[in-house]
Amino acid sequence: MSNFELLSEQGLRLDGRRPHELRCIKCKLGVFEQPDGSAYLEQGNTKVLAAVYGPHQAQSNKLDLNEVVINCQYSMATFSTAERKNRPRGDRKSQEITLYLRQALRAAIKTELYPRSQIDVYVEVLQADGANYAVALNAATLALVDAGICLKEYVVACTASLSKNNIPLTDVSHVEEMSGGPTLTVASLPTSNKIAFMEMSQRFHLDNLPAVMEQALNGCREIQAIMEKEVRKHLMQMGSAGDWSNIAK
Amino acid sequence: MQTIREFTRKTKRGNILKIVREHYLRDDLGCGAQICENCVQDETSVALLPERNVKSTLFTFPHYLVLDTNVVLNQIDVLEEDAISNVIVLSTVLSEVKHNSSAVYKRFREVVQHKPRGFYVFVNEHHKDTYVEREPGESANDRNDRAIRKATLWYDQHLEEAQNSRAMKKSGRPRTRVVMITDDVGNRERAEKDGILVASAEEYVKSLTDFPMLIDKYARKSFESDKKSLPIFPTHLSVNEIHDGIKAKKLLQGSFQASRENYLEGAVSVEGYEHPVLIQGREALNRAVDGDIVAIELLPQEEWTAPSEIVLEEGADEDPGDNVERTEKEQSVFQKSLTKSDEVRPTGKVVGIIRRKWRQYCGILQPSLLENASRHLFVPADRKIPRIRIETRQAEQLQNKRIIVAIDSWPRNSRYPHGHFVRSLGPLGDMNTENEVILLEHDVPHSKFSEEVLSFLPKMPWVITDEDYAKRVDLRDLYICSVDPPGCTDIDDALHCRELPNGRLEVGVHIADVSHFIRPGNALDKEAAARGTTVYLVGKRIDMVPELLSSNLCSLVGGVERFAFSCVWELDNEANILAKRFHKSVIKSKAAMTYEQAQIIIDDATQQTEIAKSLRHLNRLAKILKKRRMDNGALVLASPEIRFQVDSETHEPLEVEAKQVRETNSMVEEFMLLANCTVAEHICAEFPECAMLRRHPRPAPSNFEPLIKAASHQGFEIKTDTGLELASSLDACVKPDNVYFNTMIRILTTRCMMQAVYFISGTLQPEEFFHYGLATPIYTHFTSPIRRYSDIIVHRLLAASIGSDSTYADLLDKKLNEELCHNLNYRHKMAQYAGRASVALNTHLFFRGKTQDEEGYVLFVRKNALQVLIPKFGLEGTVYLNSLSGDKKPTPGDVIFTFNEEDYTQRCGNVVFHAFDPVTVRLSLDSRNVQHEKLVFQLVKPYIKGFSVELTAEQSGDVEMVDATTANAADGVPPQKKSKKSQKKKK
Repeated sequence: MSNFELLSEQGLRLDGRRPHELRCIKCKLGVFEQPDGSAYLEQGNTKVLAAVYGPHQAQSNKLDLNEVVINCQYSMATFSTAERKNRPRGDRKSQEITLYLRQALRAAIKTELYPRSQIDVYVEVLQADGANYAVALNAATLALVDAGICLKEYVVACTASLSKNNIPLTDVSHVEEMSGGPTLTVASLPTSNKIAFMEMSQRFHLDNLPAVMEQALNGCREIQAIMEKEVRKHLMQMGSAGDWSNIAK
Repeated sequence: MQTIREFTRKTKRGNILKIVREHYLRDDLGCGAQICENCVQDETSVALLPERNVKSTLFTFPHYLVLDTNVVLNQIDVLEEDAISNVIVLSTVLSEVKHNSSAVYKRFREVVQHKPRGFYVFVNEHHKDTYVEREPGESANDRNDRAIRKATLWYDQHLEEAQNSRAMKKSGRPRTRVVMITDDVGNRERAEKDGILVASAEEYVKSLTDFPMLIDKYARKSFESDKKSLPIFPTHLSVNEIHDGIKAKKLLQGSFQASRENYLEGAVSVEGYEHPVLIQGREALNRAVDGDIVAIELLPQEEWTAPSEIVLEEGADEDPGDNVERTEKEQSVFQKSLTKSDEVRPTGKVVGIIRRKWRQYCGILQPSLLENASRHLFVPADRKIPRIRIETRQAEQLQNKRIIVAIDSWPRNSRYPHGHFVRSLGPLGDMNTENEVILLEHDVPHSKFSEEVLSFLPKMPWVITDEDYAKRVDLRDLYICSVDPPGCTDIDDALHCRELPNGRLEVGVHIADVSHFIRPGNALDKEAAARGTTVYLVGKRIDMVPELLSSNLCSLVGGVERFAFSCVWELDNEANILAKRFHKSVIKSKAAMTYEQAQIIIDDATQQTEIAKSLRHLNRLAKILKKRRMDNGALVLASPEIRFQVDSETHEPLEVEAKQVRETNSMVEEFMLLANCTVAEHICAEFPECAMLRRHPRPAPSNFEPLIKAASHQGFEIKTDTGLELASSLDACVKPDNVYFNTMIRILTTRCMMQAVYFISGTLQPEEFFHYGLATPIYTHFTSPIRRYSDIIVHRLLAASIGSDSTYADLLDKKLNEELCHNLNYRHKMAQYAGRASVALNTHLFFRGKTQDEEGYVLFVRKNALQVLIPKFGLEGTVYLNSLSGDKKPTPGDVIFTFNEEDYTQRCGNVVFHAFDPVTVRLSLDSRNVQHEKLVFQLVKPYIKGFSVELTAEQSGDVEMVDATTANAADGVPPQKKSKKSQKKKK
């Protein structure tokens, strides 16, 4: 597996992208009625649903007087991978990702605005094809926006890897992840240029790390632009129902 | 810009999975043609230029070529010629080639990457207009053919549009078209239906009138006449049958090694078998060529045989055609070899070829009896490779030239594989040609350094700046000197020793700081890594790094300031290490001496210079170190080494002498070993995962069997349980009447050894780091960075560990370094073989027109031959003995040798040959066959009438016989016996 070249001599990746290109992103807000906010996000073949409940009164055992309690749950659908596998809620990888999701979301949500409250974020991966954490976080952000929860700014994640001839690659797919190269996942607050979370699957040499990180951050910025466009479109649609769009005119 | 296409693929991973992958189709891929203005082109990659158009009688207008996969796979030799250009390489073809043959892919990539050739890679698989989806029921092959056709069609239309502009029409130039070259009949038919211009490779190559000789390189699948003759070989099994057979454990898989001595014998090393499986006979070999991965079937146990111990060479006579009769005769040779049961080895036959490892072979054309014949037999230089039938019209020019030939196929009904001519190297016997052959046969990269590589050399005049001085320890005042063989220009080590005020001795080993000049990752570094080592041929050196570095800036020449990497110890008088340190330094060697000069200075007690004192200290310490090493069980191995004095003009050898070993050789060696061990410990501690080390595995006990057997016939016991035991039992092997006996035993021991190899510390357990020959727990190469790439890596690791240089990504990458190790091990091995081949070649040249009687020793006794070693030349050769063959009745005139398998002796009358017996042989060069010059060994002493050669040719037999008898007497052979025997023979 590790012998394959991630980048051809013609400068194309296995699926035909150039090194800096993201996969095709599609997203939609407000896909469910029951939750307070929801979103669906597709990044290539990785497809994720996110739902947000809250802010609502916190359970008494978790209650915090000063800030909101964020409750996350990440899970993968049985049918999400090529090999059908029944994943009980608590499998290791999911638990880990749940933890990381909470960490990144905490950095974006204005937690001090919602004391004694709780926000529940549920993320379900419908189809997994690499960068699951990043896509899950992006979907969660959109769902939070849809729920109208105060965010400092978008929190966006993107992955990056390194080809054999040291060219960084954005938004790695499952094949690229499996080919043995190291993968860097960065969750950032792009506008203020802060990093909320960062993870490496293997070690990068210090010489290469800045380039790979820059590539991942660029990816975050691009994804943010796409998400923002979608949010605006969604708002205009919602607004036009109440004839708000004319207010702007 | 991005469209999404999904496609499904089924792969086997225990159960069948559906794999969904994205496949993006793009609209920003340029067509690479200069005449096209519609495409967004990347300026640097445009390759299809009007001035590169090829003249062809088949297509008189300008045209670009699209190659089908089979054309690339089969006709790579044609493509490597400069004749064909303006070629569109489709990514479909590229990936198919890669999938089918990595060797061809590598060569094809070289061609494609070579800019002036005008090969343009078009990624048709990701272009929105040329992507083809596999239809239900369509095979992958058919889909790819369709993709190639679609891309060709698209190109033709695309270029038509591009040329439709007014300016183009006005110019009145003929329109550029796209031509598809394919040898696939079905593909061709369909293409013609689609309106694509098509030609077969043969038609096209023939149409290139500017290159009439190109057709010689065209690889044919079959020759006309073959269709008539009967099959000689059994069919090969299909891939699936082989696969099932191996799974069912009916068949075995392994790599085939042809025997060097017997062209009808070979062996396949199979995993899980102690001995390689023996393959005997033409039919059992079934067209396997040395190196191929084959599938074999074991014969029933009662048909197992032993290795024939017969030296059999294919006769140099004319092409015997494809007759079967001779094959039967050859079979009979093996019938007799059914011998004692303990010698019997698993025997099998080849039933299929899993992977061919054909490469290009150097050799000569066998002169054909018929004039103007176009079919010829090619005789490879490597004896393990069968002769190859080729078709060429330039046979006359190629007579007496070294040529390269590639194998194309080996049909069932042909005795020899079919191939085609690749290129000519030069006249036979010419030193440059012969060297070229050696380099090619051993895969030694020896082209000139490219401009890009040279651009990374330091600019001359090179000066040491103050900054450099500040970074390095200044050792210019120390009395440092280097000791090397005479004529050495790449001096990479120097030594010093001085007394410290506290009574200790400070010893420093200073190694050329090559890693200062070769920075990681640049072209110079990559080239050096690919070459791996400097290769030394007789009278010629193929450098790993350009000469400016190897003989000038890095070489620690006397009296000049040079950068060095120093390893400095404090030792007490018993050579115990009390302290050590490493640093980069600036040194100024006080003298560059030869071993001889250094020895004279040490021995001359009147010399009391600083240098002399330091040399004496070093010499004394070295002796202690050596003794300590020996006590630990380090082996002293011997291999015959010789030097040639080469004529500076003609490069022909003038004189041969065995290499002399002086005390100073061992002095330098000891300190290099010490430095290597010290550095190995250090870097392994600093970089436990990625240090580059060198290990020497303990040989398997079975490796020692021939040695133990040979020694036991002489009444010596060799213990091989530990290195120490082996070393001491080797020391005990001394015979007062045979001075050379001990050396020969050591030569045999050397042949039992495994090859020492480079490895990365993180890939093995620490117990496996052991170096058997040197008896050290850890070892590396640090002391010759000018000629070995491994040392450069070790330098970099050491520099990083002491903070004088920074690490870089690839240095710490275990996987990459492991690949590097594989390459270095391969290059190292090949360099050794090349060096030996060069010595052999020069020995041949030395004996041209000369006949010399030399003393030698019997190394092995074989069934029909004696293998004789001439210590003076380090030369090994065979004296063939006539043995009693089954169908032949002994005639009175014949001298018959009987082979005794019990104690491995050959007996003829009263003369008995044991291993290690001294003999005298006459050496002469057999130049009758220009194809293969052979060094002929003829027995002179002990004298056997009718077999031994006469001492001097002029004298008549009787007189000469007396001479021989007396000569024998002088050597301590009882004269009566001799004369008796000769009398007997007279009757």
